[in-house]
Amino acid sequence: MQPDTFLELDGIACGYGKTRVLDDIDLAVGRGEFVALLGSSGCGKTTLLRVLAGLVSPSAGKVMLRGEDVTDMPPDRRGVSMVFQSYALWPHMTVAQNIGYGLRLRGVTKAERAARVDAIQSMLGLDGLGERKPSALSGGQRQRVALGRALAVDPEILLLDEPLSNLDVRIRLSVRHELRALQRRLGITAVHVTHDREEAMVMADRVVILNAGRIVQQGSPEEVYNRPASAFVAAFMGAENVVQLAGAPVGGRFAIAAGPANGEGSVPLAGRRLGAGAVEARFRPEAARIDEAGEPADDGGFAFHGEVVAVSYPGGHWRHTIRVGETEILADAGRAFPPGARVAVHVAPDALFLFDRPDIRPPVAQVSRQNSPIPAGKVPA
Amino acid sequence: MSMPAQLPAARFWRLPLWGRLAPALKWVLRGLILGVLAFFIFGPLMNMLLWTVAEKWYFPHALPLQYGLSHWENVFAPRGGALESLHNSLLVAVLTVVVSLALAIPAGYALARLNLPMRGLILLAFLIPQAFPSLTVYVNIARIFYEIRLNGTIPGVVLVHVSHGLVYAVWIATAAFAAVESELEQAARCAGAGRLRAFADVTLPLAAPGLMASAIFVFLESLDEFTGSYFVGAPDVPMLPLLLYTAGAGGNYQVASITALLLLIPSVLFMLVVERFLKADVLSRVGR
Repeated sequence: MQPDTFLELDGIACGYGKTRVLDDIDLAVGRGEFVALLGSSGCGKTTLLRVLAGLVSPSAGKVMLRGEDVTDMPPDRRGVSMVFQSYALWPHMTVAQNIGYGLRLRGVTKAERAARVDAIQSMLGLDGLGERKPSALSGGQRQRVALGRALAVDPEILLLDEPLSNLDVRIRLSVRHELRALQRRLGITAVHVTHDREEAMVMADRVVILNAGRIVQQGSPEEVYNRPASAFVAAFMGAENVVQLAGAPVGGRFAIAAGPANGEGSVPLAGRRLGAGAVEARFRPEAARIDEAGEPADDGGFAFHGEVVAVSYPGGHWRHTIRVGETEILADAGRAFPPGARVAVHVAPDALFLFDRPDIRPPVAQVSRQNSPIPAGKVPA
Repeated sequence: MSMPAQLPAARFWRLPLWGRLAPALKWVLRGLILGVLAFFIFGPLMNMLLWTVAEKWYFPHALPLQYGLSHWENVFAPRGGALESLHNSLLVAVLTVVVSLALAIPAGYALARLNLPMRGLILLAFLIPQAFPSLTVYVNIARIFYEIRLNGTIPGVVLVHVSHGLVYAVWIATAAFAAVESELEQAARCAGAGRLRAFADVTLPLAAPGLMASAIFVFLESLDEFTGSYFVGAPDVPMLPLLLYTAGAGGNYQVASITALLLLIPSVLFMLVVERFLKADVLSRVGR
């Protein structure tokens, strides 16, 4: 898939006892690429990372590294560095010993080791902390020591298991950019596990979304955000408004029939295969525009008709809960419409995601669970 | 003592009378309780110490009539046998610790880390020597050891003590290894350490305090073990508890007290070390 495939997973399956944690995972990572594995807890993303590290053996499939099959290779011979979510710093060693441990194993001389540890420490802003024990460090410092320990051995591949999730929000935002810049500068191939959508989007070249042990979609951040392949991905990417519509494909577009709570409209198919009949429409609150009812839509776009139920101010814009037919949706606007007002909610055609209606309602984002019926998306990567 | 240190003087004197008296009263009560406790602990010990230096002491006198060290000379004289017993006891205890740990470290690691089937049953099996009356067990061991010529030898006594101490060694070692997060070991593997190297560099040092404590328990158990030493060791391997028993049964309280003191010193020293080394997080995992 990638021009210079460096790390490749081929049909990986994995399970603990009878539980299937991973199923039929194919993934190729190019040299120097930053890939984010995104999914809610329990989706198997950490297990996938551990398969890459060699800490978990897959029950089926192959792990290829530099074109070599490493499926049965122990972790210490793979040359893969990992940053653990818990950081897993060795409490009986000082910061310098933690960072220098990998070098010691590789037989680097003491002087060389000290120089390298010093360089890593100053790169990560850990100067003067070398003689401290991990227990005497703050959370942010520990995170950087864990990163330093992984980077000290000049790894070709860096695996990151939610390394930012234990940090304060403000530190987390700056560390995101530092980590990304560092990875680019050093040219390391990185696989980053996270449940934070924004973190994955901001940091990664490619986002791989997992659900129930399968890859449901992968692509650049813009791709997965603007062209979700399934209702699950759309929901996970924040398109939580769900409206049931009906219509039929006409040419390259899907013509939506007027319903009790919506006007006519059409949406480009953009490669989606939709059958005629009922479809599920999803969109983000911020993709909507609210007008007084009766005002003509200026762009001739698609509109829902409803009544404002509640309004709140989360900051930057007003968020309205609007009753549309049987369902309630959220829509943002620059000004507040009072509860009870009749409004029209416009959604731009390319911000309205249509999916064939699944038999069972798709899970709400963030609380997705294993038994989701949504099939894996077929997306060219 | 009357004024708690954390209260500045000015604030202290503004407190009502009860507020000023309460801390002092607390200290008095605390002192009383500690005093009573100390009496019950150190009273018998003082009595024993007095006996070790008493030349003449009989009823109804509260204190010895004559002090002297002649019994110390008797005990440590070559024919007294105390030195030989002490030497044997320490040698056996050290060897017991070495053998027990050599078995308990791999066993504890396997029980803590690997998903062994019937883990609970294996842990329980180490209790079996304690589950039956020790006389029954040791008489039979003595009979078997006699046949294979282990009776009356140091290795024989060591083996008996190991069978007895292994339950402490394995249980505490298992808890000590379980208390070491396996991610710490995995981090070492990812850094490039092989299985053994990761064990030696990370797991073993982190489990060391717990292993140290288990070694100390085994040492103390071995030091004052009587029944097994008697049936397997005596009379070829004289040990301190046997000497103590003989002296006590013969009404020689001076020799018995001196022997008891010899047994007490390592016990007290080691309890101090245990207290330092055995952390709550290890203790809470014993037997799990």
